[in-house]
Amino acid sequence: MSRLIRMDHTGHTELAEWSADDPASLEAAVRSFREELDQGYFAVVSDAEGRAEQVRELPAEAPLVIMRRPIAGG
Amino acid sequence: MADSAVALAAKPAELPELAAVWWRPRVSESRLNRVGWLWTLVALAHSVPFLAAAVALSVLKPVTIPIGVVLLVHAWAIPELYAARGAAVLKRRRGSADAGAERAAIGLLGDLLGHRARELRAQSGLAMERGRFGVWVLGEAGALLVRPGGHRVHCYCVGVADPDLPPSDRTAHLLLALREDETGFATVANLAFAGATWRVRRRLAPSLRGGLAAAVQEARAMRNRPA
Repeated sequence: MSRLIRMDHTGHTELAEWSADDPASLEAAVRSFREELDQGYFAVVSDAEGRAEQVRELPAEAPLVIMRRPIAGG
Repeated sequence: MADSAVALAAKPAELPELAAVWWRPRVSESRLNRVGWLWTLVALAHSVPFLAAAVALSVLKPVTIPIGVVLLVHAWAIPELYAARGAAVLKRRRGSADAGAERAAIGLLGDLLGHRARELRAQSGLAMERGRFGVWVLGEAGALLVRPGGHRVHCYCVGVADPDLPPSDRTAHLLLALREDETGFATVANLAFAGATWRVRRRLAPSLRGGLAAAVQEARAMRNRPA
């Protein structure tokens, strides 16, 4: 199962769980994903090699998609 | 047309936060070197006149030696204040996050880090990440970049503007942004200090020094074995 999580004041919240071969769960995850983007979150997929990529569409095959807030110079 | 499409596809994604600092030139290896030397020159410009005046006064009129001592203190204190500003980027912020939220955030951050970096985080609360420009040490609201060789460090103020996030989530935000686009990360962040690593080390809280020491060790290895 793939997971969509958001980093927030609780540590992190799981927004959706889906499987690429379960269209209903995928559709629900896409809906949650778009809602978070509308709230100003960025979506990131981090791989095992320590690379991360920003995504604008929910990658159905990614095991974990993390929603993060924008950063800024302090 | 096909070539440009391929080039576009091959171009690494930029950090979206760059749009907020569109006027800043993108950080590069040569720019980092230039900025490092500039900071050294500024430190010298602040110290050398005081040193020279202290020596000249003492030689010309020994009665002015007390004034010379004051000038020497100035020559020492100004670079120290800059270094203290640099070290302060790793200072832990007092927040209202509850322990449960922090535990959950530590779990996520741990999943993102490798074995060694995870151990370091447990000891110091800092996340270490090797990049193209050097070895990064990430805190809640700032980052140190230890340059290859380990002698120089750049200190950046950078964070996420959400006061309710637990500390480890703040670090995870920085880690993900850094992994997305190291050049963009260094461009978005505000440079607080660049200079000798030993200057910053002295100003760090003892619990954080282990994080810097590990990064210096990694950066020394990097000089011989570039990323």
